[in-house]
Amino acid sequence: MLQAEHLSYNITEEGRQSEILTDVSFTVEDGEMLVITGPNGGGKSTLAKLLMGINEATGGKIILDGQDITSYTIDKRAQAGMGFAFQQPPRFKGMTVKRLLSLAAGRELDDTTCCELLSSVGLCAKEYINREADATLSGGEMKRIEIATVLAKDHKICVFDEPEAGIDLWSFSMLIKRFEQIHKEKKQSLILISHQERIIRMADRIMVIGDGKVEAVGTADEIVPILFGKKPESCGCRIQKGGELYER
Amino acid sequence: MSADFEGNDKDAVVTQQVLDVIDSYGFKKEGAYNLRLNGLAVCHGDSRHIKIVPKEDRQGIDIYISGEAKEEQVHIPVVMTEEGVDIVYNDFYIEDGADVTIIAGCGIHGEGCSETRHDGIHAFHVGKNANVKYIENHYAQGNGSGKKTLNPVTKIYVGENSVFTLETTQISGVDCTERENYIELADNAKLFVTEKLMTDEEQSAVSNMDIELNGTNSSARIVSRSVGKGNSKQVFHPRAIGNNRCHAHVQCDSIIMDQAEISSIPEINAKHVDAQIVHEAAIGRINDEQLVKLRTFGMSEEEAEAVIIENFLN
Repeated sequence: MLQAEHLSYNITEEGRQSEILTDVSFTVEDGEMLVITGPNGGGKSTLAKLLMGINEATGGKIILDGQDITSYTIDKRAQAGMGFAFQQPPRFKGMTVKRLLSLAAGRELDDTTCCELLSSVGLCAKEYINREADATLSGGEMKRIEIATVLAKDHKICVFDEPEAGIDLWSFSMLIKRFEQIHKEKKQSLILISHQERIIRMADRIMVIGDGKVEAVGTADEIVPILFGKKPESCGCRIQKGGELYER
Repeated sequence: MSADFEGNDKDAVVTQQVLDVIDSYGFKKEGAYNLRLNGLAVCHGDSRHIKIVPKEDRQGIDIYISGEAKEEQVHIPVVMTEEGVDIVYNDFYIEDGADVTIIAGCGIHGEGCSETRHDGIHAFHVGKNANVKYIENHYAQGNGSGKKTLNPVTKIYVGENSVFTLETTQISGVDCTERENYIELADNAKLFVTEKLMTDEEQSAVSNMDIELNGTNSSARIVSRSVGKGNSKQVFHPRAIGNNRCHAHVQCDSIIMDQAEISSIPEINAKHVDAQIVHEAAIGRINDEQLVKLRTFGMSEEEAEAVIIENFLN
C-alpha cells in the first residue's frame, strides 16, 4: 500500500514562493487502480514526480508498505518497487530498444520477450527491437516504448503520467487492455495520471487535483458525473478541504 | 589465451592483453596476419588470397589482396611495450571485386617515463566493385609517466562501385592523438565512417578528415561520437568536398563532462550543382532526463552515466 500524507511542494521564483501542491493526502491499496485527473497545470505531473522522487517534496511523507520512503532517491524508490512512465520520455542515442528494455527489466531479455512487451503496447515488435531509441522514432513510438519499459518488470506500484498522450486509437485500445489485465491480476497497484474517459472509468478510485489541491476523491460513479458535467450535488464523493476528507 | 610471442613470459602476457583489446575479432596466427611488436614484425602469415610483403626501403609492409578474396580477414596489429618512436608505412593494394575485413590498431603498454609513440601511415588503393571494412582500435595502458601517443595517417582511394567502411575507436589511455584521414571516392563509390573517441584527464585528440567526392553518385556517411572527460581536449574537423553529383552526410555528436573542451568544426564544400552535402554537429552534457529515466530502473547516478556513455559510443 502507498500512502501520501500531507504532501506539499513549493518553488521559489524571482524571490517569490509559489505553492505547486498543498497538503495532498491519499492512499493506494495493493492491487488498486487510482486515476488522478484534473485541469492542466493543476499539479498532477508534479505529484507523480514527488512520488518517484524526481522532485523532492517540501512537506509531508510518502510511505510504501509501511516504510517511509520520503527521503529515498529515485533509484532507491525503484529498488523498493516503484515504476514510472514519463509523459515525455527521453531518447537515447546509440541505445537499442532491446537494450533499453533489458535495462528496465534488470536482466538481459531475449528477442521473444522484447517482442511480447512491444506488441502489448501496439508496436510491430520485430521492426523495433534493434532500432535505436533516438530521434529516428516518432513521439508516439517512443511513448509506447516508454510504457513497455515499465511493463518489463513487476513493480509494487507503477505510476504512468498521461499514458494516452501521443498514442493512436488502435494502440490506445491495446494499452487499455494491458492496464485492465494488470488490474485484474491485482499483483501491482497502478496510478494513472489521465484525462481520458476510458481510463478514468477503469479506475477503482479517481482523485481530482486542481490548483495544487485534492478537489475530490471517489469512485467512477461518483466522480465521472462531476467531470463530465452532471450535477456535482448528486454525487456522494468525498471532497477534501484542508487535508481532511469529508462526505459531501 | 595462448601467449607465444617472442620475449619473456611477462611481456608475452602483456602483449596478449593488449591484443585482446585492440583486435576485437581475436588475433590468431592463422590466415593473413602481421604482428608488429616494439618496431619489429615478430610474426606474419599469408593466406591464399592475401600476401604480406615487408618493405625494403622503409619500415612497413605491402598487403596485396586478390579479387578472389571473399569475406576474408587480415589482422595487422601493432603493440608497443617499450618506450620510443615507431613509424611504419603500410600500403594496401585491393583488387577489383575483393571482399575483405582488415583489422588493424595499436596498443601501448607504457611503464616508463619517456614517450611511447606510434605513427601508422596507411594507404589503401581499392579497385572496382570491392567491399572493404577497415577496423582500427587504439588503446593504451600502463602506469608510466611517459606520454602514450598515436598519430595515424590514413589515405584511402576508393574505386568505382566499391564500398569502404572505416571504423575507428579510441576509448582509453591514449594521451595524445593527431589523426589525419584523406579519402577519395570514384564513381558510385560509397564510404561509411564511424569514429568513436573518449578522452579523460589531460589527454588531447585531434581528428582531421578530408573526403573528396570526385565520382558521379559517390556518397559518404560520417558519424563521429565522442565523450570528453576531465581536462581533456578534442578537436574534430571533418570536411566533405563535393566535386561531382554526390551525397554526403556528416554528423558529429559529443558529450562534454567535467572541465573538458571539445571543438567540432564540420565543413562542407560543394563544387558541383548536384552535390548534396549535409552536416550536423552537437555538443552537450549528459541529458538529465536520460539520467533520471535510467535511475527509475534502479541504477545509481554513476551507473546510469556509465550506461549512457557506453551506449552513446556503441
